[in-house]
Amino acid sequence: MQAHQRMFDPTSNGLHSGEPPLLQTLGLTKCYGDFLANDSIDIDIWPKEIHALLGENGAGKSTLVKAIYGLIQPSAGEIRWQGKPIVLSGPSEARSRGIGMVFQHFSLFDNLTVAENVALGLDGRESFKDMSARLEQVSKTYGLPLDPKREVWQLSVGERQRIEIVRALMQDPKFLILDEPTAVLTPQEADQLFTVLERLKAEGRAILYISHKLEEVKRLCDTATILRGGKQVETCNPRLETAASLARMMVGSEIKQVKAPAGRKTTVPRLVVNDLSLARGEAHRVRLEHISFELKGGEILGIAGVAGNGQDELFAALSGERLSKDPGTVVIEGIAAGHLSITRRRKLGAAFVPEERLGHGTAPRMKLSENALLTGHAASGMVHHGFIDTAATLKTVDRATETFDVRKAKRDPEAASLSGGNLQKFIVGREILRNPAVLVVSQPTWGVDAGAAAVIRQALLDLATAGAAVLVTSQDLDELAEIADRIAVMFHGRLSAPLATSEATREKLGLLMGGSSLEPKEAAHAVGA
Amino acid sequence: MELAEAIILAVLAASTPLLIAATGELVTERSGVLNLGVEGMMIVGAACGFAGAWLTGSIFIGALFGIAAGTLMSLIFALMALGLAVNQVATGLALTILGVGLSGLIGAGFVGERITPAVHLTIPGLTDIPLIGRVLFGEDAFVYFSIALIIGVWWFLYRSRAGLILRACGDNHVSAHALGYPVLRIRTFAVMFGGACAGLAGAYLPLAYTPFFIPGMTAGRGWIALALVVFSSWRPGRLVVGAYLFGAVTILQLHAQGWGVGIPSQFMSALPYLATVTVLVLLSRTRTGGSTAPAALGTVFVPDR
Repeated sequence: MQAHQRMFDPTSNGLHSGEPPLLQTLGLTKCYGDFLANDSIDIDIWPKEIHALLGENGAGKSTLVKAIYGLIQPSAGEIRWQGKPIVLSGPSEARSRGIGMVFQHFSLFDNLTVAENVALGLDGRESFKDMSARLEQVSKTYGLPLDPKREVWQLSVGERQRIEIVRALMQDPKFLILDEPTAVLTPQEADQLFTVLERLKAEGRAILYISHKLEEVKRLCDTATILRGGKQVETCNPRLETAASLARMMVGSEIKQVKAPAGRKTTVPRLVVNDLSLARGEAHRVRLEHISFELKGGEILGIAGVAGNGQDELFAALSGERLSKDPGTVVIEGIAAGHLSITRRRKLGAAFVPEERLGHGTAPRMKLSENALLTGHAASGMVHHGFIDTAATLKTVDRATETFDVRKAKRDPEAASLSGGNLQKFIVGREILRNPAVLVVSQPTWGVDAGAAAVIRQALLDLATAGAAVLVTSQDLDELAEIADRIAVMFHGRLSAPLATSEATREKLGLLMGGSSLEPKEAAHAVGA
Repeated sequence: MELAEAIILAVLAASTPLLIAATGELVTERSGVLNLGVEGMMIVGAACGFAGAWLTGSIFIGALFGIAAGTLMSLIFALMALGLAVNQVATGLALTILGVGLSGLIGAGFVGERITPAVHLTIPGLTDIPLIGRVLFGEDAFVYFSIALIIGVWWFLYRSRAGLILRACGDNHVSAHALGYPVLRIRTFAVMFGGACAGLAGAYLPLAYTPFFIPGMTAGRGWIALALVVFSSWRPGRLVVGAYLFGAVTILQLHAQGWGVGIPSQFMSALPYLATVTVLVLLSRTRTGGSTAPAALGTVFVPDR
């Protein structure tokens, strides 16, 4: 309760009497032109504290930590370290003062070894040999095993994150910043990470933990600062809040609950994949091995898995970006389509929404109407005798805008000018308006704000109710639990047998995501083989 | 016996400018910058190197002139491609066109003049050993320097921290920036080193290879040096092998013509490029993973501040 008091009464220094916070920002402001990315943020970080930084994409979390880590210079306000104002010239100065950072998009070098990567994150005062020895020792102490001689491209995402953490820990930081560390981890790997973080806290270090997984924050963090639109909305004790109240503070309004419409019936198989194997397309890629599943109309199949386990390759094989020699491996609406091009597959009634919005889902510098044409030319009557029907393309844009609440400055802007959530709503809308029989969608709500995510999930459910077969690949287990009827897991290019969503607990999915088998017998057999 | 020695000597002489220019470009590309202006930097280095030597009577000062000219040329590239984030391929090609024109202008007054070429080492006793004596102990300073240079570059890239940082910039400039390394400054130095080497390689031609200057005397050696870097898959050890191999091809082509071998000389001239293509294909087929080229090669980097 003592901690609670401090959170709500900044004048009472019951717990930290006399001493200043480890790190403090006072009115920290960063603007890019007219845009205020951070508007006068005051944040206090104390030793032995795990402090959550919450907010939607674009709320200003990254800008704030970049300023604290010296990567950008604040436009106004100051940063205090142990009570004294400091100006950080760059990350190396931040590191030398005792501020460490683990990036969300790892700052690793694929073609260098683990030891070289770690060396690059240090100031280079010790010899490479001494550094390697210390690396081994630190990784052992914290239970984060690493082979210093391996090159990074050979490692899994979890191992890569370990490098980042060990690299930060080797500087013995007083204050560690973690940017969405669990976004790429299985539930079990996340648990291991939490153990490490608890231990670091017990050692007296402070941690700034950026996340949008609210349950995780409630479990782990002592304090939470919530940002919205660059402004500081609230500083509170997350343990005394509910996930819903935290979400409300992040979004600023109630989020609509996604509802599964009644009267959904499964009908005939619309997308069937038979023993699909695909060689590795290029270096650093996964090969697909013996993937089979059947997806009926009215059904949503979710594919879970840690990123980079073959989801991209499966999407490419289903969409026709990569062709299979054997036509029977992919069957769309009863027609063998493994050898057919994307356009031919679209004509069969399939639609595809890739993970990358800009550059894959849309051509960034083209207008929305032109982007509508890019996927709609095959089967939506936008082309007559080789000429574009501009009115029809604009109509698609208007319909997508209306139906899916796409917010944009003018009627037909460039794709790149839309925010992530609005562009994603447009892309999903564009495909759904084609009334597809089969929709394959990859990471539908990745990096999308909560409001837009709810719209998109609802649209997928409605599409299934209308009789289409929907395949959703996602790393967000909560999302899959919300909309999928069955969930299968991809690991190293293999797809597990689908589990009914009601039976797919986090534990079971986590085991599958880590490559374990659910049946102990089979696992023993696999080890023996 | 004497013919063999003559051929080896000629191969070494023909390979040295390739080795020096390619060593510089290797460092540039390892930092993630593709400078296609090697030919232009070389030819300006040749003109200025000759001018320097002719005016001062010193081969050494001539070489310094060549280095300075190549470095200045590379600074134009650095200003455009790094400072202003212009497309590197276009800038490099423009640099070559500029260099060819500029060298004609600088060298115009020197065409037809002659200088005393760089002296060769003589160690009584050793240099007289048949076959290997002159090859090992009778070369000019450029040849010995080129070998020291590539060994130095190997040590720098794989044994020094600065070299590790340079390779890191070439692999992933976003990460390097996030860790606080001054990517653009590091790349500028790498580009300048490449320019200095290209200038020196160009100066070698009128100072040691032939003791006069003619416009266009680099004759595509800059392009071969570029191909050589790819051929070596960005590794110093393979670069040495490749340089002597490509040098040998150019010399054998002359001898083959002399012996009346019925292979068109144009085919022989094209051999280095064919070899590069073949190596690229073989590398991509046998590769188990990882990328051979610096991953950030040729991509523009603009740090946010």
